[in-house]
Amino acid sequence: MPRFIMLLHDSGTFPPDLSPDQIQAIIERYVAWKQKVQANGRAVDGHKLADGTGRVLRGAVGHPKVIDGPYAEAREVIGGLFIVEAAHFEEVVELSRDCPHLDFGTIEIREVEPT
Amino acid sequence: MAADSITLVEHLFRRQAGQMVARLTRALGSRHLAVAEDAVQDALIAALQQWPYRGVPDQPEAWLYQVAKNRALDRLRHVKMAAGKVSAIGQGAPAFNPPAASTLLRDELPPVDDDQLGLLFLSCHPAVAADARVALALKLVGGFGVGEIARAFLAQESAIAQRLVRAKRSLRAGGADFGMPSPADLAPRLDSVLESLYLMFNEGYAATTGDTLVRDDVAGEAIRLVSLVAAHPATASPAASALLALMLLQASRFPARSGGDGLLFLLRDQDRSKWDRAAVAAGLRALDRAAAGDRVTAYHLEAGIAACHAVAPSWASTDWPRIVALYDDLLALTGSPVVALNRAIAISRVDGPLAGLAVIESIKYREALDGYPLLPAAQAELWRESGDLAQAAACYREALTLARSAPEQRWLSARLAHLV
Repeated sequence: MPRFIMLLHDSGTFPPDLSPDQIQAIIERYVAWKQKVQANGRAVDGHKLADGTGRVLRGAVGHPKVIDGPYAEAREVIGGLFIVEAAHFEEVVELSRDCPHLDFGTIEIREVEPT
Repeated sequence: MAADSITLVEHLFRRQAGQMVARLTRALGSRHLAVAEDAVQDALIAALQQWPYRGVPDQPEAWLYQVAKNRALDRLRHVKMAAGKVSAIGQGAPAFNPPAASTLLRDELPPVDDDQLGLLFLSCHPAVAADARVALALKLVGGFGVGEIARAFLAQESAIAQRLVRAKRSLRAGGADFGMPSPADLAPRLDSVLESLYLMFNEGYAATTGDTLVRDDVAGEAIRLVSLVAAHPATASPAASALLALMLLQASRFPARSGGDGLLFLLRDQDRSKWDRAAVAAGLRALDRAAAGDRVTAYHLEAGIAACHAVAPSWASTDWPRIVALYDDLLALTGSPVVALNRAIAISRVDGPLAGLAVIESIKYREALDGYPLLPAAQAELWRESGDLAQAAACYREALTLARSAPEQRWLSARLAHLV
């Protein structure tokens, strides 16, 4: 089955005064979304990217320029990603419509070329 | 790809936040309350950043505590370094004795209840202003957010935040210690804890207006905490059991509440089949335990009144003479005009509506009830029963001008409409 990657962009920050109850409620929305997708027979796997900027290497092999990045100055960074199996691209778009991440950032969907 | 089978227990984070702050504060000492609170918030945010992707870990509580513990140790290292720098530049830093990290890392920990009670006693410490104790206990022990406390108190968030800051400053300035007070201090400190829990419950129970969901949570938290107090060997006492009984018996009527509780007459109109019989039974058992002592507190009397209502099959067949007697004692003990008003209503069940109206007229310090909608509402009910519908209508209209919430207004409007 075709595989897709959902890249989840966000600002990497949350309001500072979220209460424990509010924090739990947000987590529960993600859990519920993943369970719903899984209940439809579509597997989802998630990976969190470590906080902080990464490094970008650019330039000649052996002595590239290494800078912090890539999005150190950008408003949104990739916080993590979901890998979804689905029949086709449109199905993933449909699945993503009620993904709670939309309240916190943007979702970029890419299809993995079959090997 | 494993299915995300693990879901979270309702209010797990709230409960867990209180337990983690309690546990860390015990280990670090109350001077480092802020470190404990910040470390716990760090842990919850870490879960928020990771669990949406990875799913909920097998043991969410252990995961959170592990992270909170590590963050607390990190933060303490920073405090320690900062303190070192201050003394190095000769500004006379206060003596700093970091707690041994090993106390945090021990595996055998005292029961969670001990920590919770220790934090509860700290929140209700005499160094904290009386009006801040409930908010502080909700924040620290209950894991409530500032916004939630503000909604329950119908206060501005900034006002609650300030109250909490001042309370914590007072704790530091007063050198208040975490944990159970010494045996010599226990009685007055326990009174202060019970009084705060009584206020906490009423904040939730007297849902005159506002967010009923969070208010029920606040009342539930008061019941949970007073249960801890009543069950712990160091704090178990007839007064604690009486307060627990009172809360359980009042809470048994929550499912039948139509809003605007507070007037005895509302009980008449409640659907008693909706009362929570399990809560009634637990309340009556607690009231039995409360009878062990020789000191009769206001909690005993109020619980006794609540018990009369709870066991009565109907408004008419309620044991009103017994309720009058309990109100007599309660009025003698508290002198409260609100108690006097409810006593007058109880007397009217025994001696008739005109007797009740006369007692209302003679309430001492009646002016304290000026602007209190339930006074004219009670008079209206009694005039109606006596057959003087014009007086009744006038009193309902007066009560309507004073009504504090939409449910109160609806109830009064319905009564007025029913009249004509």
